[in-house]
Amino acid sequence: MEFVGIGVLSWITFLPIIGMILILFIPKENQKAMKWTAVAATFLQLVLAVMIYFHFNKGSLGINTQEGMQFVEKMSWIDIRGVPWFGRIHVDYFLGIDGLSVPMVILTALISFIAVFASWKIPKALKGYMAMLLLLDTGMMGVFVSLDFFLFYVFWEVMLLPMYFLIGIWGGPRREYAAIKFFLYTLLGSVLILLAMIALYFSVTVPDGATGERMYTFNMLAMMNPANFQPGTLLAGVGTYWRHLAYIALFIGFAIKVPIFPFHTWLPDAHVEAPTAISVILAGVLLKMGTYGLLRISYPMFPELANYYSWALALVAVINIIYGALCAMAQQDFKKLIAYSSISHMGIVLLGMAALNTQGMIGAVFQMFNHGTITAMLFLIVGVIYDRAHTRDIDAFGGLAITMPKYTGIMTVAFFAALGLPGLSGFLSEAFSFLGAFQTHRVLTIVATLGIVLTAAYMLWTLQRVFLGQPNEKWASLPDINGRELFTLVPLAVIVLVLGICPSLLLDLMTSSLNHLVEVVRAGAVL
Amino acid sequence: MFSYTPLIVLFPLLGFLVLGLFGSRIKNEKLLGILGSGTVGLSFLVAVTLFVQMLGMHPEERKHVVDLFTWISAFTGTSSSLSVSVAYQVDQLSILMTLIVTGVGFLIHVYSIGYMHGDPGFWRFFAYLNLFIFAMLNLVLADNFVLMFLGWEGVGLCSYLLIGFWHDRKFEVGGYKPGTSTTSDAAKKAFIVNRIGDFGFLLAMFLIFVNFGSLNFDAVFGRASVVSEGNSAMVWIGLLLFLGATGKSAQIPLFVWLPDAMAGPTPVSALIHAATMVTAGVYMVARCSVLYALAPTALHVMAIVGALTAIMAATIALVQNDIKKVLAYSTVSQLGYMFLAMGVAAFSAGIFHVLTHAFFKALLFLGSGAVIHAMHDEQDIQKMGGLKHQLPTTYKTFLIGAIAIAGIPPFAGFFSKDEILWRAFSSEYGSIGLWAIGVIGAALTAFYMFRLVSLTFEGEKRYGQDLHPHEAPKTMTIPLIILAVLSIVGGFVGIPASLFGGNSIEQWLEPIFAPAYEKLRMEPHPVEITEYLLMLLSVCVAGAGIYCARVVYLRRSKLADSWKAKYPGTYRFLFNKYYVDEMYDTVIVAPTVKVSEGFLWKGIDVKVIDGIVNGSAKLVGMLADVIRRVQTGIAQQYATIFVGGILLLLIWLIVQ
Repeated sequence: MEFVGIGVLSWITFLPIIGMILILFIPKENQKAMKWTAVAATFLQLVLAVMIYFHFNKGSLGINTQEGMQFVEKMSWIDIRGVPWFGRIHVDYFLGIDGLSVPMVILTALISFIAVFASWKIPKALKGYMAMLLLLDTGMMGVFVSLDFFLFYVFWEVMLLPMYFLIGIWGGPRREYAAIKFFLYTLLGSVLILLAMIALYFSVTVPDGATGERMYTFNMLAMMNPANFQPGTLLAGVGTYWRHLAYIALFIGFAIKVPIFPFHTWLPDAHVEAPTAISVILAGVLLKMGTYGLLRISYPMFPELANYYSWALALVAVINIIYGALCAMAQQDFKKLIAYSSISHMGIVLLGMAALNTQGMIGAVFQMFNHGTITAMLFLIVGVIYDRAHTRDIDAFGGLAITMPKYTGIMTVAFFAALGLPGLSGFLSEAFSFLGAFQTHRVLTIVATLGIVLTAAYMLWTLQRVFLGQPNEKWASLPDINGRELFTLVPLAVIVLVLGICPSLLLDLMTSSLNHLVEVVRAGAVL
Repeated sequence: MFSYTPLIVLFPLLGFLVLGLFGSRIKNEKLLGILGSGTVGLSFLVAVTLFVQMLGMHPEERKHVVDLFTWISAFTGTSSSLSVSVAYQVDQLSILMTLIVTGVGFLIHVYSIGYMHGDPGFWRFFAYLNLFIFAMLNLVLADNFVLMFLGWEGVGLCSYLLIGFWHDRKFEVGGYKPGTSTTSDAAKKAFIVNRIGDFGFLLAMFLIFVNFGSLNFDAVFGRASVVSEGNSAMVWIGLLLFLGATGKSAQIPLFVWLPDAMAGPTPVSALIHAATMVTAGVYMVARCSVLYALAPTALHVMAIVGALTAIMAATIALVQNDIKKVLAYSTVSQLGYMFLAMGVAAFSAGIFHVLTHAFFKALLFLGSGAVIHAMHDEQDIQKMGGLKHQLPTTYKTFLIGAIAIAGIPPFAGFFSKDEILWRAFSSEYGSIGLWAIGVIGAALTAFYMFRLVSLTFEGEKRYGQDLHPHEAPKTMTIPLIILAVLSIVGGFVGIPASLFGGNSIEQWLEPIFAPAYEKLRMEPHPVEITEYLLMLLSVCVAGAGIYCARVVYLRRSKLADSWKAKYPGTYRFLFNKYYVDEMYDTVIVAPTVKVSEGFLWKGIDVKVIDGIVNGSAKLVGMLADVIRRVQTGIAQQYATIFVGGILLLLIWLIVQ
């Protein structure tokens, strides 16, 4: 699929940048134009995502075969010969998606579009804000469509900067602390990923298409083929010391994004300080990059270690689930509570991944998508109440069900989706993850399943304290949810409901690729 | 005809959607009431037609599955593919449950029109009730575990929404920590406690999938017939499913939510927390009878838990003063009987009791609702008395319900309870101990029920002069009368052979349980003299219970108080429900909350991890502080160091 000679994936990635450039030319006073430009850019992006959805070939495998990738765009980007120490540096502009990335592409487009509407009331420096938001959008989308590690890394870093500013400038009272904490944590992760990337680069060679000479490459698909590892290089072989080291470095790099215990403490701070829309993006999309990176890079490039460490992953998954849920239970701050619930729910993704079977893998990726929509709803819900009352103290409220019935209705959907009520999407992905993991890590899964009790406990306790009981007179005059806010929440609620009843609308896209991923990883299990 | 099955489920769903989306705009209560109860009525009609047709069929043709669409499919190309449909299975068991749910449900909907009159949430109430019926029908008609679980959780959600229906009200009478409990506490507790059961249900499903490669009833039960005996996985499946059942059906150790659930409006207590939802666990065990046949250990556990629950709840019911609480503990106790039946492999006896219990317990709850309605929301029986003159219809119907539950022939409860007791005694899986507990429980049942009747309707009035109780409107009394009739004749479907009946319900259900009986090698029992003796004994015991209650609470009303004074410890122990709530609170809830906040969050997260993070940041800062001192910006200093360096270099060159 091409438009004006440019592939759809380039469009979907760089549309926000076009929007950003346009916004930079809009005079400061004309806020309306800025907002609508951002809406237009993200809307077009969403339209493209929908087109991709309908044109996506559900049968193709992807993962480690270029033929299985769809909407591929590949051209030489950087090609310098004779660089001291490096020799020839070759980087491709290589985009393509498969069943693993397509749910994330759709999610990113959807959440970005919604985030623009959630940013309608940004009080200061709107121009900079919108520009940053769109830049962030490009970075996220780029990560999910890149098949060249170098390109992937560039997008990964592109994302970091706007996020730092969005929290640091437009955030709450402790925004600077939160922004720096976020920045340092992720920077550490980036450095580790960079190291692993360079190590991989110097281990993998492919023949040049024209001359046939062997050259180093950043091509991810090439890195997934053990035959391409040059004997004698750092990461050649199977299960070597260096490969363990590289795997762990990559793991920590991605773990910080997920976030996995004990690398998670940036998340509650970042969420609490970030403006609503940024929390929505952070929880809705950014966290998924960690698990996406593990699935896209760590798993197929180090299959023997993915097998070897699967029990450890299951263990941290269980810690995430239980620890996150218990910490959520202890919170007074509504937003912090949702942040910890994210940690708990991302644990389910990890557990599904650790299962190394189809059910678990499908559960994991499906949960990535569902967590994106459900948690986005939860943060939007917190935003609604914070905009009105300027506090997020759970105990300050009560009885909102009486004063804000519509708001309560939509909240109920989100809360029950979050606690995994069957009929809503969250249940299916959780059940798949647990079912998958149950077959490989039985005891850990049993412990993890206890999480459903804890989740119900903190979710309903929160619901009770905020929405039920006698209405607090202080908030008696709060207006119910308005049209714009409903516009952000209702589509998500509909998706949660529809996917709960017809999960195949999404599952069909990813089943073939994830089956293949499982096969690739299992085939590499030699230890 | 079977193709109309989905309509049964569809009508309440439509009702919910219409009421939920447009209900707030419909101001006419009558219209809302007709909409709300009409949908359930239609479902009931379809179910009845279906049932009548099934009666004319050969037993083997009575089962039919209607597959609507594939709900979940995770195709792997290997044996571990998972495919789950939204498919409804009609057979002898599910049609029976459907009839109970829609029939009793319809009556309670009609009753609610009167009971909820004038409530601002009238439309919402009916929307929730319709959603409940929809979920419950999914539970009983599902042809696989996942859809059943959808219904299972769905009824839990409705229960949550309806217990907390008046969430802005205090819920004082007899609640845990009286005065502080609210209806929303009760709702939350119900859902969370049930979630513990769901934990078991989920794990059981996983185990079933791992062992049978499917979650479809037919496939699982079919493959179960070739499972070898003594497979320990089967015991786990049985026990975990039973854990699920103890949640939904309020058995030890998860019964604590049900008495609190009485915070909901009374029709809810009748429909959800007595007649239908709480029997879901019994239904589930019955549905999985084949699996239980492979795990006799699980059956033993179930029988013991059921018997203990039956007697424990009965003792608590002896001393409660809230009319609905007495009935709630009575429900817990009766559910215990049902599990006792299941545990001794008397599956059809258990389902029989589900049926009769639905009639008389719905009747009793609705009757108590009429009393509460008349007394302006007073629920304390100590402040009632003599109401039979003011509420004649309510009194008569309530009395019928009480006789039925006490087990006096020929009322409905007699047949089902006696069947259970006889099986507890005679079955290969029963024992004299289980039977004895059941008989003592029966005596207690008769006693506490007639204590309730005596204190509420008879004797002198103990309420204020300003109260003028009056009989409920027709929409409320007609359901009472219908249920009263059913409580009288409902037992006739199960008259045992010893009383020259055909026990038609047992025969009707025979094809469902036959595979299980076969596995358990159960032989049909010939009629014995013992059966008559035990029957006579249980009737005498029930009669004695009734007599004692009337003596203590009507003729010698000082007696109860003197006992209370004589055994204050026992009284307090029973009145406070064995302190189970308090125990859970101190052992589980409070420590969890404390550890979460004090240790995990404020300790590990804030102190340890953030301590390390911020600490390393500080360390870098301190290092930088040292290094930074080199760069003072004073040119003279730089020059001095510069010259010093050259000098050192020169010396080194010379020395070398």
